Amino acid sequence: MKYPVPKIYCLGDSAMTIEFGVGIDEDVNQLAIACADQLDKTRFPGFIEAAPAYASTTVFFDPFQVYSEIGDHSRIRDHVRERIMLAAAATVETCPSIGRSVEIRTRFGGEFGPDLTELAARCGISESDVIEAFINREYRVFMLGFLPGFAYMGKVDERIAVPRRDVPRRSVPSGSIGIADDQTGIYPFDSPGGWQLIGRTDIKVFDKENVPPYFFSPGDRVRFVPE
Amino acid sequence: MAIEILKPGLMTTVRDIGRFGYRRFGVNPTGVMDPVAARIANVLVGNSDHDAVIEANFPAPEIRFQSDTIFAVTGGDFAPRLDGAEIRNWRTFRAEAGSTLSFSSKAGGSRCYIAVAGGFAITQWLGSSTTNLAASAGGFHGRKLAAGDVIEIGEPGVFSSVGVSPAPSILPRYHDFPTVRITVGPEFDRLSTASRNDLLNSTFTIGKNSDLMGFRLEGPSLTVDGETSFLSSAVTLGTIQLPPGGDPILLMSDHQTTGGYPRIGHVAAVDIPLAAQLGPSERIAFHLVEPEEAHKLLIAMERDLVMLRTACRLRSTKRI
Repeated sequence: MKYPVPKIYCLGDSAMTIEFGVGIDEDVNQLAIACADQLDKTRFPGFIEAAPAYASTTVFFDPFQVYSEIGDHSRIRDHVRERIMLAAAATVETCPSIGRSVEIRTRFGGEFGPDLTELAARCGISESDVIEAFINREYRVFMLGFLPGFAYMGKVDERIAVPRRDVPRRSVPSGSIGIADDQTGIYPFDSPGGWQLIGRTDIKVFDKENVPPYFFSPGDRVRFVPE
Repeated sequence: MAIEILKPGLMTTVRDIGRFGYRRFGVNPTGVMDPVAARIANVLVGNSDHDAVIEANFPAPEIRFQSDTIFAVTGGDFAPRLDGAEIRNWRTFRAEAGSTLSFSSKAGGSRCYIAVAGGFAITQWLGSSTTNLAASAGGFHGRKLAAGDVIEIGEPGVFSSVGVSPAPSILPRYHDFPTVRITVGPEFDRLSTASRNDLLNSTFTIGKNSDLMGFRLEGPSLTVDGETSFLSSAVTLGTIQLPPGGDPILLMSDHQTTGGYPRIGHVAAVDIPLAAQLGPSERIAFHLVEPEEAHKLLIAMERDLVMLRTACRLRSTKRI
C-alpha cells in the first residue's frame, strides 16, 4: 500500500490535524488539499477553517460551538475526529481538482539573483546550466506559509538543490526567487530571509490592494520563464 | 465621533478576535493577544465580540475623545486616568468630548484593551478589522498607531451604559508567575524523560527577544529523541515549539501559520490570557491536562461570558 492510514492528532484544544503521509509527495499533498476543500464545503457547526500543508490538513474549530451542538464536553475531540474522517473518506470519491497553471516571468542572476554565481560554482555547473535546470520543469505549490502569500514550491532538480544560506540576509527584496533544498519560493515582501536567491519577478505574490490579495493557491502549477 | 491618538505608545494596534479563513494562504488570524480581555471590553460597552478594540502595550498611548463616548479598559492594569483622575479597569465610563485617556504606570500585565461603545469604524480587510503587521494590511492602514491618527467611532448600540462592571469571579486570574495548563503536542512523546520532567516541573522565563510572534522560554534546555525538524505543517496560537537550540518558543498572536520544529505542547485556550499578559523576564510554569479537561474549562469560561452579556443587556435595558 502506498499510503499509510491517516493519523489524526490534537493541535491544542481548538485544532486537529490529519496527516496523510510524512514526505513531499504530489498525491499525498493532493489528498491534504482535497480534504481541506471538503471540510470547507461541509462546514460542521463550530468549524472555523481548514488549512492544508505538505502532507496534512489542520482543522481549526471553536470547542464551545461544538459543545453547543453535541452537549457533551467529553466528546468534542471524538466528534471533530469523526467530521474529519468523514471529509477524508469523501475526498476519495471526489475528482481531484487540477491546480491552475501559471507562468512567472523571471530575470535571473546579477543584482536579481545574487546567489546564482556561488550556487553554480558549488554545484560544479555553469550559471546557464543552473537556469536551464531550474526552468526545465513545472513546480507544484505544496502549501503557503512563512509569510502571507509565500508559496512552498517543488521539487527543484537535485543538481541545484542547495541548502539555505548559513547566514540569512537581513533584507530580501520583494519578488526574489530563492532555493532551499528541493524547494523554491518567491518572497512576497521585503523581508529577512535565508533562501539562495537566483532571480526576481515583478509579480507581486501578495498585494493587499488586490482581491484576492494572494497570487498562489495550494495545488497551483508553476513555470518560470526567463524575461 | 472619533478618538485622536495624542501619543502613540510603544506598540498600539487596532485588533479584533482574528481574521479567519486565510491560513491556507499564509495569512494568520493576528487577533488580540488576550481574547478574553478584549471580548469583555466589547461586552461591557454593548458591542459584538467581533468589534475592533485598541490593544496597547506599555508605554501605553494617550488618547483624546473628540465626542462624548462610553468606553472600557480591560486586560493589563496600566493605571488608567481620565483627564488625570484615576479610573479602573473592567468598568464602563463616559468620557466627555475633549477629555483625555492616559496611563500612568505598568501596575500589572502587559497588554490592555480599550473598547468604545459603537466600536471603531475600521474598513475591513479579508473580513476582519485586525492589523496584520507582516502584510502591512488591515486595522488602521496596516500599521501601529501614530500620533495624530484619528479613528472614527461607529453608532453605539442600545446596550451601553455607564458603570457596568463584571463580577470579579469571571475575570482572568492574571498572575506575574502563572501556571498555565497545556495539552500534549504531537511530538511530546519524543521529549527525553528528563526533558518531559523539566517541561512540567520547572519554571521558564520569558526571554528578552520575545515579541507578539512568540515568547522565547528560557529555562532548562530541552531535547527530543530522533528528528529535530519535520516537514512543515500548521502551528497555532499557544503552540510550544522546540527549535534545536533547546529553548522552547511559545507562539503568540502574530505567529507564522506553519512550522517544522517539534511541537511539544499547546497552551489551553482558557489560559492564553494568562500567558498573553506576561512580558520579558517574567516567569511561567506548565501543568499538563487532557484536552477534555481543557474543553471543560473553556466551556465554563464561555458560559460566564454569555451570562455577562445577558446581564449587561438587562442592566442597560432597565435604564432606557
